[in-house]
Amino acid sequence: MPPVRRRGQVVSTFLELDHVTKTFGSQGMFGSGDVTVAVDDVSLTIDEDEPSITTVAGESGSGKTTLSRLLLGSHVPSGGRMLYRGKDFTKLTRRERRNFRREIQPIFQDPFESYNPFYKVDHVLDAPIKNFKLTSSTREKHQMIEDALEMVGLVPEETLGRFPHQLSGGQRQRIMVARALLLKPRVILADEPVSMVDASLRATILDSIRRLNRDLGISVVYVTHDLTTAYQISDNIIIMYRGTVVEAGTVDEVIPNPQHPYTQLLIESIPQPDPKNRWGSEPPQQDWDTTDTQIAGCRFADRCPAVMDICRTKKPAQYLINKNQLTTCFLHEEKGEMENPDITSTFQIESETIKARPANQ
Amino acid sequence: MSTEQAIQTYRQDARITDVDALVVKNFSVYYETDTGTVKACDDVSFTLKQGERFALVGESGSGKTTLAMGLMRLTRPPGHIASGSVMLNGRDITTLSDDDMRKARLSDLALVPQGAMNSLNPVMRIEHQIVDGILDHLEEDEPAPTKEELQETVRDLLIRVGLRPGVARLFPHELSGGMKQRVAMAIGISLRPRLIIADEPTSALDVVVQRQIMQTLGRLQEGLDASIMLVGHDMGLVAQFADTIGVMYAGKLVEVGPVEEVFSDPKHPYTRLLIGSLPSLKEKREFLGIPGLPPQLIFLPKGCAFEDRCPSRFEKCAGSVPQKLNIGGRRDVACHLYEGEVKS
Repeated sequence: MPPVRRRGQVVSTFLELDHVTKTFGSQGMFGSGDVTVAVDDVSLTIDEDEPSITTVAGESGSGKTTLSRLLLGSHVPSGGRMLYRGKDFTKLTRRERRNFRREIQPIFQDPFESYNPFYKVDHVLDAPIKNFKLTSSTREKHQMIEDALEMVGLVPEETLGRFPHQLSGGQRQRIMVARALLLKPRVILADEPVSMVDASLRATILDSIRRLNRDLGISVVYVTHDLTTAYQISDNIIIMYRGTVVEAGTVDEVIPNPQHPYTQLLIESIPQPDPKNRWGSEPPQQDWDTTDTQIAGCRFADRCPAVMDICRTKKPAQYLINKNQLTTCFLHEEKGEMENPDITSTFQIESETIKARPANQ
Repeated sequence: MSTEQAIQTYRQDARITDVDALVVKNFSVYYETDTGTVKACDDVSFTLKQGERFALVGESGSGKTTLAMGLMRLTRPPGHIASGSVMLNGRDITTLSDDDMRKARLSDLALVPQGAMNSLNPVMRIEHQIVDGILDHLEEDEPAPTKEELQETVRDLLIRVGLRPGVARLFPHELSGGMKQRVAMAIGISLRPRLIIADEPTSALDVVVQRQIMQTLGRLQEGLDASIMLVGHDMGLVAQFADTIGVMYAGKLVEVGPVEEVFSDPKHPYTRLLIGSLPSLKEKREFLGIPGLPPQLIFLPKGCAFEDRCPSRFEKCAGSVPQKLNIGGRRDVACHLYEGEVKS
């Protein structure tokens, strides 16, 4: 696989999804006939030379967690290819697979369940060092752990030697960020890292994630349904609905000017902390009775306020709104189908990103 | 003002009456532990009008769920109601016998729990779970409704909460989180209660479903002419849904007032920081958290519990606990900063 050429620049790709589809259930001999298409024909790339924060957003059942599990290598694509450093994921050697496991690190949603309550928190920090044989010296190990904790804004003396129940949810989640950091990953995949934490503590966690990206150059994939925090910390965004990507681009294009009716509904439904600006009328519910394979056209057609005849019979392609925004909606058909199916081609490249960001604190 | 807003204001005015539906006075729930008394809910007083939507907000551990459970008299040992009265439609429910209280739950005041979590029985069909409460609340001399009547009731309830009638025959694991929450609401309204206590009804759901659930809850409330007490920590949701807001901190109600006034002019420094910490979709800025952690309820300081985190503290704050002050209209605040204003 030669390096991908994007906007005239040659960059090496860390991970590439090439028309990846993931289905659950089967229509075969023993299957019930219900097939859920959790991720439908998604192409994207994660570059390590251009570290950015990318949000994957959507409601429950949109496929955002399946997509993140695909990226982590814990799901195997049902269709399409996944490439790690240019090599087909299913053909990796043991050593390459091990390397992959170190280079992409997850942070999970629940800071309570990721700990064994009988072990001190040191355990989750010791384990990766031991498993990946990062060092054999005890002194070096302590140094690594302390550095990682300080990086996420925790004081090692106040954290180590304690049990999980002695720490707040925010502290526990930051230890998970520190654990990921120990392995010097290239990509951190955070699946709803703040949804179980109090609003007043969210800021510190998101801030430490943002610092990883800026200071250490780690790419972050932030999976969430909370568009407000997504807008605040990420550079790029992918909006998913029932397994399909409905809109993608930079947050500065997508959030202020959503083009897909689903993105518009999503943004409109965010409870704004402003009593003078309340929700409009109740939106229609999703019809879960039609299975994914029964839908011939756009998956959002049954709830869409702007539905047309074509939406029910034909699947929309990816249309480019401008260089930093794409949508899969027939309302924008006249813009023309994208040549490059890679949705990340609409994302900002790093040099632009840095300029657009506020200065480091 | 847009038409939508005008309709909303009109409906809001039509909904809230001047009748006191719930009057809570000096209500305290304490937990006795080996190390001392935990004052999880301490000396809380507030009034809810008939038809009003009251939102109780606070961080985890601030005592908001303790208060809600205390009002339902569902506090479990070592917790107990230490003092205070709760007048619901003119009847003090703290003095009711256990039997009468059991009858009052669901028919006078109903709890809508976090349905998406574990409040439904996994091995019972939805229809049986809805019918359960109805049958349990029959008077002794009342004839039991026929199977057809019950089916009709279940059907009607499911339609009212926005589910198709076929859901009656399903088990909880066959439903999505939003559908389970709707079932929890159907059970809650099955006996037309006068007060609905909704404890974080949408905390596990995503924004579009959350909006649908809250709007359904509002519609049901209007149909029943009931009052709602919403317990939660999402300030955005409160701003969208409630008429009145109560802010809890370390077991005390520190500020109460109409939602518009509290959001546009928060008085208590904690409320101010809480509103200031909300991320916005309009502008990108650095995150502002509230520095520090809430105190442990077992070792409360002598003075104000927020003193060590408060940006406007002065000498008096460490010395004595601020009392609730009325600062005009329906606005109460418990902060030493406003004592001078009230006297003058």
